[in-house]
Amino acid sequence: MSTATKVDVALRMESVRKVYGMGDSEVVALDHATLTVERDEIVALVGPSGSGKTTLCTIAGGILSPTSGTIVVGGNDISGYSPKQLTEFRRTMVGFVFQSVNLVPFLTARENLLVVDEVGQRTGAPARKRADQLLDELGLTDRSKNLPSELSGGQRQRVAIGRALMNDPTLVLFDEPTSALDSKLGEQVMQLIRSEMKARGTSAIVVTHDERVLQFADRVVHIADGVLAA
Amino acid sequence: MKLALRELRRQPGRFVTATVILFLIALLLMFLGGLVDGLIDNSTGAVRAQRGDLIVFSSDAKNSFLRSEISAETRAAVEAVDGVERVGGIGIIQLGARVPGNGPRDLADTALFGYEIAPSGVPETPPALGTAYADESLQASGVEEGTEILLGPFRTPITIVGFVEDTNYLGQSSLWASPETWRKVASENRAVSALPDGVFQSLLVVADGSSGDLVTRIDGATDGATESLTLVDAANAIPGVKEQRGTFGQIIGVTVAIAVVVVALFFALLTIERSGLYGVLKAIGAGTGTLFLGVVLQAVVVTVAACVLAGAVSTVLGVVIPEGSVPFEFGPSRFVLSTVLLLFASAIGCAFSLRRVLKIDPARAIGGSL
Repeated sequence: MSTATKVDVALRMESVRKVYGMGDSEVVALDHATLTVERDEIVALVGPSGSGKTTLCTIAGGILSPTSGTIVVGGNDISGYSPKQLTEFRRTMVGFVFQSVNLVPFLTARENLLVVDEVGQRTGAPARKRADQLLDELGLTDRSKNLPSELSGGQRQRVAIGRALMNDPTLVLFDEPTSALDSKLGEQVMQLIRSEMKARGTSAIVVTHDERVLQFADRVVHIADGVLAA
Repeated sequence: MKLALRELRRQPGRFVTATVILFLIALLLMFLGGLVDGLIDNSTGAVRAQRGDLIVFSSDAKNSFLRSEISAETRAAVEAVDGVERVGGIGIIQLGARVPGNGPRDLADTALFGYEIAPSGVPETPPALGTAYADESLQASGVEEGTEILLGPFRTPITIVGFVEDTNYLGQSSLWASPETWRKVASENRAVSALPDGVFQSLLVVADGSSGDLVTRIDGATDGATESLTLVDAANAIPGVKEQRGTFGQIIGVTVAIAVVVVALFFALLTIERSGLYGVLKAIGAGTGTLFLGVVLQAVVVTVAACVLAGAVSTVLGVVIPEGSVPFEFGPSRFVLSTVLLLFASAIGCAFSLRRVLKIDPARAIGGSL
């Protein structure tokens, strides 16, 4: 699985379908979704609750496997990956920034970045160097030894962004990154996300309800009832 | 792994409940173990102290010193066996002892041994007629060096000329005397069980170190008139020893089972509580094995901490419990055994969390808003 090679298409989903069994009936969470995210493109994914945003992101991020269809991330077709391969894929190819930030509460900001290395290949010194570099870029050097409880909402969000970038991912999935922030801070965070993604040539899908976020995306994709509409 | 250790270091409060409960369980295990060790040591000291390899009983005695009787002819047959370097007679009589200064009915329980080969700590040459070395446990009854105690209903006087350690027999303080003193005390106080000169209740055999099954050779040489046991087997054959081990073993087994349940419940609850965090870690690429090993590591650390605390308390108990009141013996081997048992219980207990860790869906980390 390659992490270093940057390809022109970060994500290609072709006719992806996900069906959940609910007793005797079936629920189609994603219905023949086709989506391409180019390299360093930021796509805003907008849709009401239950529209299939979760399913799309979990499939693109290698957390769920599709019922049918093809998913190619960074040139790797992950459609038929085993759970173990998907774990390795998540470790090396994608980054996640969760809505509730979900930093490890007993780790400092720096350690929260390094946890990506600890659960993975444990490169040691290079990982520490990268964490320090990311903290510096994110303006968190002086907060690197603080626990999440000692950080503001915006700082926690920046730490989460740093963690998502630790493995130099091809694709980063952002789940409502501004929902817990006031509008000014939300704008700053989105500015930061955009500049970080563009600087690295990393692609992103930003799931949002916040209309103000859309201006930071290169493209907006709507989803309703599991069906994507450009 | 680092993650698990950091959680222990930075959120110790989370593990206090489990540590306290495991400490109490470990303390119970170590206290019970100390009691059984003390009880058994108190019963078997006289046998464990023997400086030999085998103890020979008469075959009809069912390995009991009191029922056994070895004639001079049988002894000669044993001495003639290849591989036998030395043979010494052992005689024993259990009697109450009156101690000067104590009430007339306040008898000290004693077991007087007549010996030819001295046990550990006892001088090689038996003391003069009418004198004996006493186990130091007799000091709790007010006996000192030079004290003359009176044995049995005939009140045979025995002067204590010194003390030895850890030689009790069946919970009674042992007295180590010459065969002549033993025969005299037995004939005066229990004439029916007194044995004539040359006859002992059992023999201590010192092997010359040559190979082969000495037990079979000795028992064969006496035409089945004897039953020879190693010192360990002879100690286990003392009445009550197996029963004490069995009873305490069962109680310790139940305690370990309780520890399994406690660890399983605690870490299962902790795993449920952490399922969100585990979801995030799985989402960023942590394997189930890594997360589960973290749980096991935390359980091991908590268990070792609980055992070290319990070991310290048990050691203090061993010091403060007055000699002769409660037979409590706590040493490194009991500490290690109890710790190993609890670590085993922790590992089993943690295994119940594995299923929960396996079932945690990394999609939980994404939340419901997407």
